[in-house]
Formats: sequence, structure tokens, C-alpha cells
Amino acid sequence: MWSYFANPHKFLRLSDWLAPAFYSLGAACIAYGLWQGLWIVPKDEYQGGDIMRVMFVHVPAAWLAMASYSALAIASFVWFVWRHELADIAAKAIAPIGAVWTAICLSTGSIWGKPTWGTWWQWDDARMMSVLFLFFLFLGYMALRAAMDTRQKAARAGAILAMVGAINIPLIKFSVDLFTSLHQDASVITADGPKMAAVYLTPLLVSAIGHSLLFGGLVMTRMRTEIRERRIARLRSRELEAF
Amino acid sequence: MSAAPILAAFRQSLGEAWAGGAGALLPLGFLGGAAVLVPLGIGSDVETLKAVGPGIIWVALALASLVTLERIFQSDAEDGTLDLWLQTGAPVSAIAAAKTIAHWLSAGLPLALFSPLLALMFQAEASPDLLVNAGLYALGSLAFFFWGGVGAALSATVRRGGLLISLIALPLYVPTAIFGALAMSGGPGSAGAPLFLAASTLFACAVAPYAMAAALRLAAD
Repeated sequence: MWSYFANPHKFLRLSDWLAPAFYSLGAACIAYGLWQGLWIVPKDEYQGGDIMRVMFVHVPAAWLAMASYSALAIASFVWFVWRHELADIAAKAIAPIGAVWTAICLSTGSIWGKPTWGTWWQWDDARMMSVLFLFFLFLGYMALRAAMDTRQKAARAGAILAMVGAINIPLIKFSVDLFTSLHQDASVITADGPKMAAVYLTPLLVSAIGHSLLFGGLVMTRMRTEIRERRIARLRSRELEAF
Repeated sequence: MSAAPILAAFRQSLGEAWAGGAGALLPLGFLGGAAVLVPLGIGSDVETLKAVGPGIIWVALALASLVTLERIFQSDAEDGTLDLWLQTGAPVSAIAAAKTIAHWLSAGLPLALFSPLLALMFQAEASPDLLVNAGLYALGSLAFFFWGGVGAALSATVRRGGLLISLIALPLYVPTAIFGALAMSGGPGSAGAPLFLAASTLFACAVAPYAMAAALRLAAD
């Protein structure tokens, strides 16, 4: 299965129509989520009144932050074992996008936290800390790749770091979970089904799907750019050889 | 396979760490200097110093590991020693672990043994607890050195790699810092914290050498 996706030509042909499809569907979903969230949904006084409407960005961003690190780790693993170049291109494309979503999660969380909990930042809150360290993992990954002098070295070093980070995440999560949390307990994915009222849940899920589609589209576009850039570099060097 | 290359790596690293005159006194001076700056920065209030003291020592240990590890693999990669290590046939992970432990023995352990004196400077009560804490510092700093070693191996061929190591290693230091601080807080949940600290250190000892080996093979290419 990996070998099928490893072919850049097949990827270019597939993403040629898939990326625009992701963009338009994602834009529609995000627009629906924002419209519902900002105008339709009744405000929840317990969650701070109108400020709780930031949830329709904050919660999808948090999911995307975690999903993008998982995607980074899986892409790194696939590249490290099978050396499919496309997996490395994907890892390189995912890192900055995931970092941006992590930053969105942190900043919207702060904006929500100030009026409701009375603080921008709480050092012993487990989830804030986990996301902050996720952000640092992304930054370290990008800095390491940028410091390497060849593409091959950047790919290998990045893959090692992403995998070390991935096996450490459960430990980091467990250690920060020992702290108490201001956050409420999980309320969407629980053993007895969602605890959230449907009027909030539906726009939230649509919004999350929209963010995921936008993420997929952005990753594909960045991968296409990278493939083209490599091809340009190859053509340039061939031209120089011909001299 | 013989253990000779591993022992040689251990001796070489120990020699490197002790060379240059000051030996193990240099990291001690670093820890002392970093710790003494704190009361100057935050004021000399007894209660405040008592509260932040254990944390400052953890931070100083983490900093000391980052500073001493910067050159641990870099000089080997530059002068070709690394290529020779890879040709010996001994497991690279064992050589990397031996070098890391040698650095911990010459920079981490002395700092941990010295910590009761610093704790007294931070107004802690003189009690046997300080010796227990010294043991916890020793245990936790071993994890710092192993994860820092991964960063050092990954950035062995990078100039000014020291700045990179700290960015790479910071998230990996988190469990140790949290368990260590919890074990010394005496608050709820602190009873099991030393065991968690030991477990996270063992985890580092088990995983980090393989990551270091993969990174060193990359550095030698």
C-alpha cells in the first residue's frame, strides 16, 4: 500500500483535484461552524457567556495539534523504515502547519481562559502544558531540519527526533496529568457517548471536519511545492552539467 | 565482540571531562554561579528562597547537562574518532551510553552530591532529607544527560549545536523535572513520585542509547 502512495506522479495526479476539493469543502464546513457558533448557538453562561463561542476554533485546533504530531511521527516512521521520499516530503510539510495549529490552540485558549478562569496562563494545568511542549517539539523538529546541510541528513535527523518525541509523548502526558487541571473533563469522546448538547456538538464536529480538510489541503499543496522545487533543482543541475 | 572499545570510549570521555585543568570543578562552578545569581535576582526573602530552592537546583542541573554535552560527540565527529568507533564492531549504542555515563559521572553526579550545601544556602533546614534529595538529583540528572545526549548526537555535525540541543532536549526533560519537583514538594501525590522519577530515568537509559546510535551513524555519513 505504501509503495502505491510513494509514487510522486500518482500523488501529483491525485492531489491535483483532491487538494482543491479539500479546500472548498473545508471552507464550507468552517464557514458553517463559525456561522452557527457566532450567531445561532445560544450562549452558555457557565462557560463565560459569549466568550465560549471561541470553542468552535479552540477545540478543533487542539485536535488538529495532536493529529498533526501523530501524522508527523507516522510519516517519519514510514520514511525511516521504507525510505519513501514522499513520506519525508510529507513530514517536512506537516511540521510548520502543525506548529501553527498548536499556536492557535494556545492563543485561543488563553483568550478564553482570561475572562472565565481569570488567568491567561496556568503553570500547573495539565493540558496547557502538554500542548506547550507539543509546540516545542514542533519547533525543535523544524530547527533541527533547518540546521542540517543536506536534504538526506535533514530527513534522517528529523525522523529520529520525531520518533523519540513520539515515544516520549505518553510519558510527558502522564507526568503533566499528575497536576490538577482547570480544564473540564473530556465531554465529546467518553464511554457513554457525548455529554454535550447536540446544539453545540454538531457545529463543533462540522468545524473539526472543516479544520481537518483545510489541514489536508495545506499539506498537499506544500508537498506539491516541495516536489516541484526538487524537480527544478534537478533540472538546474543537469543544465549546469551540460555546460 | 569484546568490551574493549566500550571501555576505551568510557575512559576517553572521562579523560576529556577531567582535562583542561579544572576537571569536575568547572561544572560545579557553573552550578554555583547559576544558583548564586538567583537570590540576587529575586531578593533574599527567606520564605521565597526556601520555596524556589529545590527547583533552582533542578534547573541548574539541566543547564549543566546541556553545557557539558555540547562537545561530547561533536569533537569525535570532527577529528574522525567517530568513524573509528563505528568500525570497531562494538554496538554504537553501548559506546554512546558509556560516553554519556562518563560525562554524567564527571558533571552530573558531583553537582548532585554538592546539592545539600546549595540547599542550605537557599535556607533549607539541615536534615537527612537533604541527603535523600541529593540521591533524587543524582537519579534525575542521569535522565537529563541521556536525553541531552540524544540532542548532542543529533546536532553533532551542526555548528553552534549547543543552542539546538536545548531546544531539542527541553520537552524530553519535562517528566524528570515534574516528578523531581513533585517528590520534593511533600504535597499530595509526592509519596510515589520518587518511583516515577526512577521509572522515567530507566526509560531514558533504555531508549536514548538507540536514538544516539542512529544519530551517530548519520553524523558519520
